Amino acid sequence: MVTVQTPPASMYRSREGLGVWEHKGKVAAVGIGHSPTARRWDGLVESSIGTWTVMALRNAMEDAGITPDQVDGMVVVPAATTGDRWYPTHPVPEDFANTFELTDNLNDGLSSMSVDWILKNMPELTNVQFAMHAPTCMSDAVVVAAQAVGDGLTNTCLVLKAWNNLAGRYGHEAGNNALDIAPGASQWTNPWGFGAAASTFAYLFDQYCRKYGKNHDMMAPFVVNEKRNGLLFPEGFWAQHRPEPLSIEDYLSARWVAKPANLFDCDLPIQVVCAYVFTTAERAKDMKQKPAYILNHASDRTRVKSSIQTLDECEAATDSVGRKLYEGAGISASDLSFENMYDGYTLFHQFHIEGLRFAGIQRGEALDLYATDISIEGPNPVSPSGGNAGSGRTRTWMHTDSIQQVQGRAGARQIRRPAEIGVSGGPTTTGGNFTVWSSTPG
Amino acid sequence: MDLERPVPVPDEVSAPFWDACNEGRLIVQSCDPCEWLQYPPAKTCTECDSADNLSWREVSGRGTINGYIVIHDSRLRVWVPVQPYNVAVVELEEDPTINFFSNLPGTAPDEVPVGSKVEVEFISVSDTQKIPEWRVVEG
Ligand SMILES: [Zn+2]
Repeated sequence: MVTVQTPPASMYRSREGLGVWEHKGKVAAVGIGHSPTARRWDGLVESSIGTWTVMALRNAMEDAGITPDQVDGMVVVPAATTGDRWYPTHPVPEDFANTFELTDNLNDGLSSMSVDWILKNMPELTNVQFAMHAPTCMSDAVVVAAQAVGDGLTNTCLVLKAWNNLAGRYGHEAGNNALDIAPGASQWTNPWGFGAAASTFAYLFDQYCRKYGKNHDMMAPFVVNEKRNGLLFPEGFWAQHRPEPLSIEDYLSARWVAKPANLFDCDLPIQVVCAYVFTTAERAKDMKQKPAYILNHASDRTRVKSSIQTLDECEAATDSVGRKLYEGAGISASDLSFENMYDGYTLFHQFHIEGLRFAGIQRGEALDLYATDISIEGPNPVSPSGGNAGSGRTRTWMHTDSIQQVQGRAGARQIRRPAEIGVSGGPTTTGGNFTVWSSTPG
Repeated sequence: MDLERPVPVPDEVSAPFWDACNEGRLIVQSCDPCEWLQYPPAKTCTECDSADNLSWREVSGRGTINGYIVIHDSRLRVWVPVQPYNVAVVELEEDPTINFFSNLPGTAPDEVPVGSKVEVEFISVSDTQKIPEWRVVEG
């Protein structure tokens, strides 16, 4: 059995001044596999994240035109729950236990995922020699897999993130949030009621509006555009289940969650699994799809100092990410054909794209950019994936779309200008991981 | 605002802070070589990662309201009945990188006087525990 490792800090490019990435253009994504989506798990084996993980991985290998025995590495995000865990609140369903080999973690396949579970249940993966568990989300797994392939730790690597969504409201009146006491970290928040979706980013947005003279209404074109792009994403939740456009009026009249964050500033938790195949640029030449080359990856490791992230911390972190991405890729802001930075919550997307200086904007100008043509047809496609706002909470759409854009197979979402170089990553303004994609090795 | 706030549970690191609140003093951690104040308290200085020079320092209890949010859909059970409510962020006078949450008791939801000076006060959340809150001292 392969030893599953945790990525060491040295795999992440979290400092400035590292120069051009040593593997620039030598690693590529060559396969994409998605499961269907659901609002919540219905309790059936066939729609468990276990079944869907197997499906997404097989889809990704088929998409790349490879056979399972050619896979020699895996990077998996073990955290797979949007809200609560299944076990031990609920027993492992008997038919699930009869269908799959279980692991020591009885949530595997239900509300967590592991390399161990995958190898037990996909015996066709006979040659996996390298395995890592990326601690946070798909953006993390993507940069770890890119570095691992570049470093020669694996040649053909599966990358996977599963999201499970059970009944109930995410974090509502659960755990410490249900208590009359405030233990642990909650002693610094719960006595003052700081605990709603989007709270930190609502505050940062409040600070942003005060500093730059902007307002929440100015977010509407962005959020409407996210939904429009999402409805053009056949793999996405809204396109599959609720193909309802969002209007400016819908957005402006939505109820507040944590003002200035409203309902449509929040993403919808869903159940889904997404997988990729990464390999070397050399090996990618013989595969079925055009390679989506990786020019660089970068990470932020800012530690927030006090009770809540400040606008200064947020802007310093996102500025640094922009500089790191460009430095390591050997490109500048004007080289970007599109951006797919994270949006779940919508109110921090502007921090990311201002950090990139996307489309020539400076600090405080993103909401003005939103008032221009930011559509896939226009000169500055903002988040052509539609992000989480457009397709449900996965933190993966932005990567899938970026790969498809530079491969020229994003379908109805294909941006009209040539998709040469784009960036994706997240999640939030601190602590994220980001990737530069290109149609050529650079 | 009429509610039973969640009562902080002091731990090894935080106990001196909560004890000081009960004595009507606002203290934060200090790492003198780093010239670094920190709140919430931590096991080590978050600037140099050492615990060797950490001490507690009493601060003025004066600050400025930097901004706020209004929570309409709280995840916290005891707060749901008092929605909507303000959560303001107060910057400490001595070091604006230190910030505290406040509900600004007496201030109507969404009518927070951003930029106003505030002073700390200590309110009881149980028979044995006080927490810092803040009140506006000038417009
Ligand atoms: Zn120090």
